Amino acid sequence: MIYAVAVLAPILGSAIAGLLGRAIGDRAAQAVSILGMVIAAICGNIAFAELTWGGAETGTVDLGTWISAGPFHVAWALRYDALSAVMVAMVTLISTLIHIYSVGYMGHDAYPTYRFFSYLSLFTFAMLMLVTADNLIQLFFGWEGVGLASYLLIGYWYDKPSACAAAIKAFLVNRIADLFFAVGIALVFFVFGSVEFPAIFAAVGQHAGETYTLFGTAWPVLEVIGVLLFIGAMGKSAQIGLHTWLPDAMEGPTPVSALIHAATMVTAGVFLVARMSPLLEFAPTAKALIVIVGGSTALFAATVGCTQNDIKRVIAYSTCSQLGYMFIAAGVGAYQVSIFHLITHAFFKALLFLGAGSVIHAMSGEQDMRQMGGIWKKIPATYVVMWIGNLALAGIPFFAGYYSKDAILEANFDVGTGVGLYGFVCGVAAAFLTAFYSWRLLIMTFHGKPRAEAKIMAHVHESPAVMLVPLIVLAIGAVFSGMGFHAQFIGEGWHEFWRNAIVNAPSNHVLADLERVPESIALLPTFMGVLGIALAYVMYVAAPSLPGALTRAFGPIYRFLLNKWYFDELYDAVLVRPAMALARSLWQVGDATLIDGVPNGLASLATDSSAQVVKLQTGSIAIYAFSMLIGLVLLVTIYLLFR
Amino acid sequence: MNQVGFPLLSLITFLPLLGGAVIMSVRGDEATVAQNARWTALWTSLIVLGLSLILWWRFDPSVAGFQFVENLPWLPEFGVGYRMGVDGISVLFVLLSTLLTPVCILASWEAITTRVREFMLAFLVLETMMVGMFCALDFVVFYMFFEGVLIPMYLIIGVWGGPRRVYAAIKFFLYTLAGSVLMLLALLAMWHFAGTTDMTVLMRTAFPQTMQYWLFLAFLASFAVKVPMWPVHTWLPDAHVEAPTAGSVILAGVLLKMGAYGFLRFSVPMLPQASAYFAPLMFTLSVVAVIYTSLVALAQTDMKKLIAYSSVAHMGVVTVGIFSLNIQGVSGALFQMLSHGVVSGALFLCVGVIYDRMHTREIARYGGLADRMPAYALTFMLFMMASVGLPGTSGFVGEILVAIGALRVNFWLALLSSTGMILGAAYMLYLYRRVVFGRLTKPDLRGILDLSPREALVFAPLVVVTLWMGVYPSSFSRFFDASVAALVHSQQAAVAAPTRQALATMAGGGAAGSGSGAVPWAGSSGSAR
Repeated sequence: MIYAVAVLAPILGSAIAGLLGRAIGDRAAQAVSILGMVIAAICGNIAFAELTWGGAETGTVDLGTWISAGPFHVAWALRYDALSAVMVAMVTLISTLIHIYSVGYMGHDAYPTYRFFSYLSLFTFAMLMLVTADNLIQLFFGWEGVGLASYLLIGYWYDKPSACAAAIKAFLVNRIADLFFAVGIALVFFVFGSVEFPAIFAAVGQHAGETYTLFGTAWPVLEVIGVLLFIGAMGKSAQIGLHTWLPDAMEGPTPVSALIHAATMVTAGVFLVARMSPLLEFAPTAKALIVIVGGSTALFAATVGCTQNDIKRVIAYSTCSQLGYMFIAAGVGAYQVSIFHLITHAFFKALLFLGAGSVIHAMSGEQDMRQMGGIWKKIPATYVVMWIGNLALAGIPFFAGYYSKDAILEANFDVGTGVGLYGFVCGVAAAFLTAFYSWRLLIMTFHGKPRAEAKIMAHVHESPAVMLVPLIVLAIGAVFSGMGFHAQFIGEGWHEFWRNAIVNAPSNHVLADLERVPESIALLPTFMGVLGIALAYVMYVAAPSLPGALTRAFGPIYRFLLNKWYFDELYDAVLVRPAMALARSLWQVGDATLIDGVPNGLASLATDSSAQVVKLQTGSIAIYAFSMLIGLVLLVTIYLLFR
Repeated sequence: MNQVGFPLLSLITFLPLLGGAVIMSVRGDEATVAQNARWTALWTSLIVLGLSLILWWRFDPSVAGFQFVENLPWLPEFGVGYRMGVDGISVLFVLLSTLLTPVCILASWEAITTRVREFMLAFLVLETMMVGMFCALDFVVFYMFFEGVLIPMYLIIGVWGGPRRVYAAIKFFLYTLAGSVLMLLALLAMWHFAGTTDMTVLMRTAFPQTMQYWLFLAFLASFAVKVPMWPVHTWLPDAHVEAPTAGSVILAGVLLKMGAYGFLRFSVPMLPQASAYFAPLMFTLSVVAVIYTSLVALAQTDMKKLIAYSSVAHMGVVTVGIFSLNIQGVSGALFQMLSHGVVSGALFLCVGVIYDRMHTREIARYGGLADRMPAYALTFMLFMMASVGLPGTSGFVGEILVAIGALRVNFWLALLSSTGMILGAAYMLYLYRRVVFGRLTKPDLRGILDLSPREALVFAPLVVVTLWMGVYPSSFSRFFDASVAALVHSQQAAVAAPTRQALATMAGGGAAGSGSGAVPWAGSSGSAR
């Protein structure tokens, strides 16, 4: 079936490019992996179109048995419903564009690039397995596969120590979250007796009243599952506390950042939450937690984004922040809206990263915005698409982000709960900051006087067509994807579009109420966005001395933000160093001294005492006779005493 | 199945000894003898592998009981017999042993240059002992093979090992022997009680509760050292570090499984109440092992020590699975044992590859190997990821099943015993980064060569098995499904029926008191439980 081809073509491309890359040569390897992706993109989008407009039936594509142990049974299967299909279409399309772009971007790399293309395709395949999974274990397979591929790609330049460190960090932070995810899966099996989605979703209602005892308290079991799965989602989707890997992930080549941030990795957590909507609808506390974490992340990441000077780092924090938006939508039950934002975000975030890559390419590898400026005339196409990307990100009307971001904030306002209000306030504040740092980025990068060395400036050039064409396609998506899909995803056609892929409880009519939000509230995010742009204009164009003055006036706050709220330092001091110190002491003290002390001590006891015994054997007959006599006397005495 | 049919198991067990005899009979100059010994050992082990594939093919997975049973009277007046047979739990370990032996012989082809004849002989004897131990259905036979493994392994470490080989070999020998003495006592006690050493009968014998506790502790002393469980694990890193590569592979691949196999073969089926009673103790020791040894692995500077400590952590997961006493947990434990046998063996081979070239295991002496050794980097990456438990490799299946099994016992047990997911990733990725990634700066590494065809041949079967077990684990797990289900059900039934148990105990006690060989059902060693 065409759907299976969409999922499996990338792994075929990856295997050929990776294993035979050296034999068939770099060009051929690139061609094979791109071919695999193009086929996947065509098939994936056809499958999506058939489901959306062609009236195709939802279903599953069975590929065989995977694990079975007693009643625990897991199949390899591809789920075909609106949620999976839309993800497949998006992932394959964006990934194909990134593959094509990489041909140009990696053209100057010192290494042969077949390894790079193989990893990209592997990454895509893992994500496709994740989104098409019909059970939690296969989802976990994709989940971990994504982790592996991100590890390989972030550490692609393995001779760079910072890249290796970032790769390990990404894998480990994700694994911390995955531990909870895995235990959550185990708990699902414990409660439902199955890990297959249809079986779980059908039985959710029956288990709504059950409890599970933790910390001596009985909790509703669905809440416990919801929270465990959400912790897993927090890792992949870089939510506050487990976000530290994401900004470092830009150590990989820029196309990788685009892939991670837009299509294949960070969206997995949001997808998981949407996929588990039938279960989460019975877990109000878990949903509240999702809103609180999401809102906090949106605001936190936006504040950090305002102070960073590395162009990719700014965009990385903006991803973190936008993921927070997706979670606040899901947390109030508007899963459809969060997926809508996921899709629009995929377009404009891939655009921004690839655009940034184009800038970096032009600037001979420079990433610090303080060393840029005054280049907009030299790279006009990049400049235009970066504008489009930022307009979409800031939620300016009629660009993609406007539709989805507005809907998120409206949904949060709309539910009328305290938690919803928290999400709303965080989201509105973050909208202001988002617009501010976006235009700060645009102005610092493209405008003003050139701050780079003359040699670099002389070399500034527009990227080749192989890089520009993907940018233009993405720019089209960043303009029209909101407008075009609004009706299907969250507008009047949403029932028909989603069918049963996402479940809203009968009491949850947040989507239906979206249109009833007061005009003033609906306009607020746009207003905040314009305000943010204005502030950026004032600070970086009209009064360029202002940022410096502010930095001096609010030194501690500035340093707090610049250092990303000191999360890395905190973790280093609280977790990493103590763990290493504990490891060394367990080894040196625990194993070498205490545990080995017993056998070694016994051994030396034996040798020592035998050495003492040896001394008795003097060879003198007189002493032997004397000893015997003493012994005889003793024995006789004892005999007489106890007779 | 076939009580009088073709003695396939005995053939698999003792054929290596025949190969050993051939090796000993070869005369000539040293080079000829060495070359002959290598080829003879390789061919013998390959034939044995072929025979065990027949065993695999002919085995009926739908039957829970023992198959290919052989039964010869040996000391009938004492109820001791030569009994062999395999069930779903043991059959795959026979295969694991016969798969790893040719791999090890091939891996030692060039690495062992002194006393080649004796080395190959030791390896073939070792194979006999390992296979015999997994096939034995009589406690005395089992005990002989179980202890017999020690001798060739002791020699392999002590003669062909590194600089501190004598210390390591003696430590290995004394540690494992000390535990075994208590198992011998348990054997005598069981024989005294049941009047036979037929394991199938012992499995059906209901031992009194108190006696079970003492027997359990005696078995624990023996098996815990072999597993090894914390805190009796410190012999393992020393033994691994000093052992030659092939010795490490077999040690990690098969010998570590003997302890866990013992728990599954003796403790759980013969002492069901005691197993349930002591499960919390086992969980505690296992969880400590997972966390403690993973952390210790993180601090290692010697590659082999690091992998040795990681083995202890992985075996901690296995013991959690076994004593969760449910189908998922026990299946997961079995799968993890098989997977670990292949993967940790392969990791030691990975270390061996670069040790053969640079003659150091010091992590700091390496770095940037990916530049010069891409095929090696890929192979190492695969086994590293399997060790970390990445889905799609063999390591994942066991881990998730054990997690599920553990969660049926307790939430915290599942969470804590799964922390290996994080810590395992930490030490393995950190190792990989220091050895394979990074800039190649050390001048002596510039000329390092990638895998030779022989080395590629050594890795090939392990790569295939690792991926096969990860992508289609059912083709392995179906062998033990029925046996595990039977094991778990009989254990649960025994625990659930204390009254019936007590009655059976009285009957059993009376029978034992009536005389040594006169136990009515002592001679009727069944072919199936």
